[in-house]
Amino acid sequence: MGGTDAKDILGLPKTPLYEKKARPQKESHRKPDGISREVYALTGGVAPPLMPSIDVTHLKRPPPPHEKVAWQWLPINSSARKDDLQLYHWVRVVNGVPPTGDYSFAKYNKSVDILKYTDDDYENLLTDPVWTKEETDQLFQLCERFDLRFTVIADRFPLSRTLEELKDRYYSVTRALLRARAQSPADLANHPLMKEPYDMTRDRERKRALSMVLSQSRHQEKKDAEILAEAKRITEIRLAARRAADLDVSGNENIGLDKADGGPGCSVSPSSNSQLPATAVAPSTLTMADYASTLASLRMLHVYLRTYGLEQMVQAASSAVGLRTIKRVEQTLQDLGVNLKPKVPTKTVCDEHLELRKEILTLLNLQKQLLYKESEGSSHREGAYAAMPDTPKDRVFASEPFSFGGISAERPIKKEPKRKGPGRQADTPSPAHKRPRKLKASDL
Amino acid sequence: MEDSNVERFSASTPKPRIGIDGGDDNKNWRRRVNGVEVSVPIVCGSIAFFRGKKAKEYRTHNWTVYVRGATNEDLGVVIRKVIFHLHPSFKSPTRVVDSPPFTLSECGWGEFKIDITIFFHADACERKLELSHLLKLNPEIYSGPQSPNVPVVTESYNEIVFPDPFECFLSRVINHPAVHVPKLPEGFNLPPPGDAGDESYYKMKKGDTKDHPLSHWFSKFSEADELFKLTATRQKVYAACLPFVQADIAELKRQLVMVDVQPEQF
Repeated sequence: MGGTDAKDILGLPKTPLYEKKARPQKESHRKPDGISREVYALTGGVAPPLMPSIDVTHLKRPPPPHEKVAWQWLPINSSARKDDLQLYHWVRVVNGVPPTGDYSFAKYNKSVDILKYTDDDYENLLTDPVWTKEETDQLFQLCERFDLRFTVIADRFPLSRTLEELKDRYYSVTRALLRARAQSPADLANHPLMKEPYDMTRDRERKRALSMVLSQSRHQEKKDAEILAEAKRITEIRLAARRAADLDVSGNENIGLDKADGGPGCSVSPSSNSQLPATAVAPSTLTMADYASTLASLRMLHVYLRTYGLEQMVQAASSAVGLRTIKRVEQTLQDLGVNLKPKVPTKTVCDEHLELRKEILTLLNLQKQLLYKESEGSSHREGAYAAMPDTPKDRVFASEPFSFGGISAERPIKKEPKRKGPGRQADTPSPAHKRPRKLKASDL
Repeated sequence: MEDSNVERFSASTPKPRIGIDGGDDNKNWRRRVNGVEVSVPIVCGSIAFFRGKKAKEYRTHNWTVYVRGATNEDLGVVIRKVIFHLHPSFKSPTRVVDSPPFTLSECGWGEFKIDITIFFHADACERKLELSHLLKLNPEIYSGPQSPNVPVVTESYNEIVFPDPFECFLSRVINHPAVHVPKLPEGFNLPPPGDAGDESYYKMKKGDTKDHPLSHWFSKFSEADELFKLTATRQKVYAACLPFVQADIAELKRQLVMVDVQPEQF
């Protein structure tokens, strides 16, 4: 209540005029202990409701303990121990009553259920040319003792047997016993051992493979990744080609003519040795399917403008490449004097235009790959990645190909060391001039 | 879309219907021909004349916007009507032209984008097609005051493509000069078009633009130059690729063999 303070300052009498009414109010205004006066006043005379859990009156006093706690040194009996050893430890005793029940950690004493067999069982079911009864017995004892930890068992097994052999013997014995003792086939089928029987050779193979993978050098890892990526790409190409073929074949209406024109693929081509071999052509695996789906969606429209159709196909062709590459293609077109959008977009012109774009893409990719390969080659020659004395430039452009729409990262095709063909640009660059050269009109 | 063909076929246009009855077998209407692409070469453009002495502040140019056949043939065989969407400052800016030649003339002072919507005959296509044209009144490069006798002509070539036309449509238009139909494969039989084979409708009203007053300003579009340039450029690019490709083929062959031979490991 700021009232009294103000009155203090002004020198006014503090007692209010109507004392009787003030008094019942006084109870609620009385500041509770534990908070200073100013703080209480700040909240407008109400204790903050935010923390109901702490009773305000208790703030300066610790909560009184509900019970009396003492610690005693007592003996314990754990069901986990089978011997008579008497152990002692500190026990928290509450109000004179020690804790009841088993030792709290006894429940963690689990063990594996190892099947036991009698001698008869052994003779009927379990004889084995390689294993004697004594060995099998010993094995089972060890299994029980060590909870099927075969590494330990193999270590302790008196006769020298491999881990896989021990496992094999144990599991086949158990399976035989299970089969013999099963009440019904249904029970049996659910047992994990029956569902997935142990196969020694597979186990060996698995371990061998694991150790191979673990012990691979980094170089080997890279090579493997490359080859796998290549294989994946090849399968995708085949898949996409098959899908595109399927799409062509399935006409959607009754008549179903074969396509009179083969679509963008069969345009007027340069020489007899016309199309660049599909494997060497750079478009990413997805583009084939893109073309097919673009064509399909155009057909679904039932009517469209030729320019629109071309736009869509160009987009499909550029869908897998980065923006920078697209700009480079367009720059190349301009340099070569070709309109980015054909002035007379007839069917043939549009087909040719599309093919030209694709071929320029291929050319750019091939150039990029060569430069990438060169950079890789040179970095190998100069030793490990760590020591690269004069190669800030190499570094710069070696990392560039990775930013070009991620193509080179997908397709690290190994090439033969640089070839100098006729009219080839970007000939053996000296280490000082390794910037990737753009295809100039003058180069062609 | 195709299911509602039969209903929509009862056309609301008052004009005499072009096309087949469908005869006994209504199914004709629904059969599409795959793999035969019908294309209609068009030119979309505008011609603007400066009014010279008669020019006022808001009426400086007489201009005409149009959609015409690239060879000035009658587009009415395919197109039912064209709507030109003018700038809202024009009175009733949605101008409908429902008979060929599809031209619209106006008088104004401003350049703006004209949206054009093309509607086709029912047997051609249910959907409409949108394109747009930028109206130009002033020449690109200033070369002195504009003469009222020399217009500013802006034209662009395009083609309307019907990728899988209806059978009836195909048979109706197959011999029309405005429409380009590729050579049909051997032994392909198209049912006869019915009464639309009779050219009398087309003679009723001249829809072509061959004798249009503005026709001598029309440009001729030929694909020859562009095609030549493209093929020449493709050859150049191809030649530039060759040295890479030779190296690549050898390498890839080797790798393909490796991949094929190795069985699945893991």
